[in-house]
Amino acid sequence: MNTTTSAAYNYKVVRQFTIMTVVWGIVGMGLGVLIASQLAWPELNFDLPWTSFGRLRPLHTNAVIFAFGGCALFATSYYAVQRTSQAPLFAPRLAAFTFWGWQLVIVLAAITLPLGYTSSKEYAELEWPIDILITIVWVSYAIVFFGTVMRRKVSHIYVGNWFFGGFILTVALLHLVNNLAIPVSLTKSYSIYSGATDAMVQWWYGHNAVGFFLTAGFLGMMYYFVPKQAERPVYSYRLSIVHFWALITLYIWAGPHHLHYTALPDWAQSLGMVMSLVLLAPSWGGMINGMMTLSGAWHKLRTDPILRFLVVSLAFYGMSTFEGPMMAIKTVNALSHYTDWTIGHVHAGALGWVAMVSIGSLYHMIPKLYGRAQMHSIALINLHFWLATIGTVLYIASMWVNGIAQGLMWRAVNEDGTLTYSFVEALEASHPGFVVRVIGGAIFFFGMLLMAYNTWQTVRATKPAELAAAEQFSLEGAH
Amino acid sequence: MSLDFMDIGTLRGLGTALVLLAFSSVTLWAYSSKRQAAFAEAAHLPFADEPTPAASRSTTP
Repeated sequence: MNTTTSAAYNYKVVRQFTIMTVVWGIVGMGLGVLIASQLAWPELNFDLPWTSFGRLRPLHTNAVIFAFGGCALFATSYYAVQRTSQAPLFAPRLAAFTFWGWQLVIVLAAITLPLGYTSSKEYAELEWPIDILITIVWVSYAIVFFGTVMRRKVSHIYVGNWFFGGFILTVALLHLVNNLAIPVSLTKSYSIYSGATDAMVQWWYGHNAVGFFLTAGFLGMMYYFVPKQAERPVYSYRLSIVHFWALITLYIWAGPHHLHYTALPDWAQSLGMVMSLVLLAPSWGGMINGMMTLSGAWHKLRTDPILRFLVVSLAFYGMSTFEGPMMAIKTVNALSHYTDWTIGHVHAGALGWVAMVSIGSLYHMIPKLYGRAQMHSIALINLHFWLATIGTVLYIASMWVNGIAQGLMWRAVNEDGTLTYSFVEALEASHPGFVVRVIGGAIFFFGMLLMAYNTWQTVRATKPAELAAAEQFSLEGAH
Repeated sequence: MSLDFMDIGTLRGLGTALVLLAFSSVTLWAYSSKRQAAFAEAAHLPFADEPTPAASRSTTP
């Protein structure tokens, strides 16, 4: 018997997170351009504590990772899980709470970080009351996401949802373990860890924030939006399963590569290095799987700037997941660590992969959320694509040059064993690179402004009837 | 309790064997021909809720 019933997806919370992704992208990347300018022209610190680099830098990282990236992940996971499960969101009120709760976390971060309240753990700077709020929001997120998976009308759990699910569970674990602390007042707490243990826990967290927040989550996005935009199923579903299990098994061990040549035991450093090298295999497996999804459809790249965003994001993903294992080799790390090379590597991943796959996915999703055939202007998407690509390339190229110059200058010794260069000489040599970074970052930032305009024009043209029609879907052959 | 029979080398060997076994199992499971049809169906899930079917390839490699 073949029956057709009509139902509606919950797009309200998806729309809210989508719009805020664009807003926080502009805020976070704007802050990035500001602090990059501070490094080039220190007068821009304005001699005020609240606008100093040390306080604004964590604000930038929190804004781009958790506000921009976080909202993008909430939006795309809520969208993809509904559509691949053919079921509306579980617990819609709880889903609404995750939106407002997450925005409150971001606002609290924006207030407390410039005021100097920090737990001093990188990428986990927020103090304990905010950490508790994050935990509550995150558990709600897990309930909504897995609840939706459980009420699915299809037998399979699509592979993209496995990645989203793995990301949600692991981030919960990372957040809880790394932020265990003894509060001494409302705004101050001390970590329960100390010394080398503290460093190990911090970078187990830090690297898995990269591995699960910035990789697994965005791979979930990739596995849904690349096939959708290319209008073909993923190249190999079997490879995607091996990709998932291999990636989540290996990533969790790679953290110690942030602590080479420190007080961390040698065996832990070697373990981190080896696991990082092995990680190349699943990373490239996933990258190739995404790229090859376009086999037979490469011509679409000529006319479709959204697909170009997605494919170039995979190219940057492949590049930075090759660079990462290389930098994890102890002898390479002896040159690269503490230099701008690291910052360049991070931004190859953050701008090239995370931001570009999010932007591409949003350009696919926004018209569908608002019942439009396409974005207001395809030409503007194309312009945004080129700005994002050129901005990223300028950013990472300047940081490679700076990083290698710094690494070589710091290690240069005279015949009598004294250092050839003072630190300030290496800093002066870095100044041109700092300026190029500001230019590259500003170009990328300008692209985000175009995206905001394009989104505004698309949303503005929507009529209420189109909004409701966009949410309708039909269940065929429902038993 | 004494662990004389197990030094760090044995532990590493066991770890390597375990990971190799896990990886082989997942790979064999994923590439078993029994699951080909189910995976082809799963791969089409992103298109399953659309009124017009997308251009599709019938098999996955």
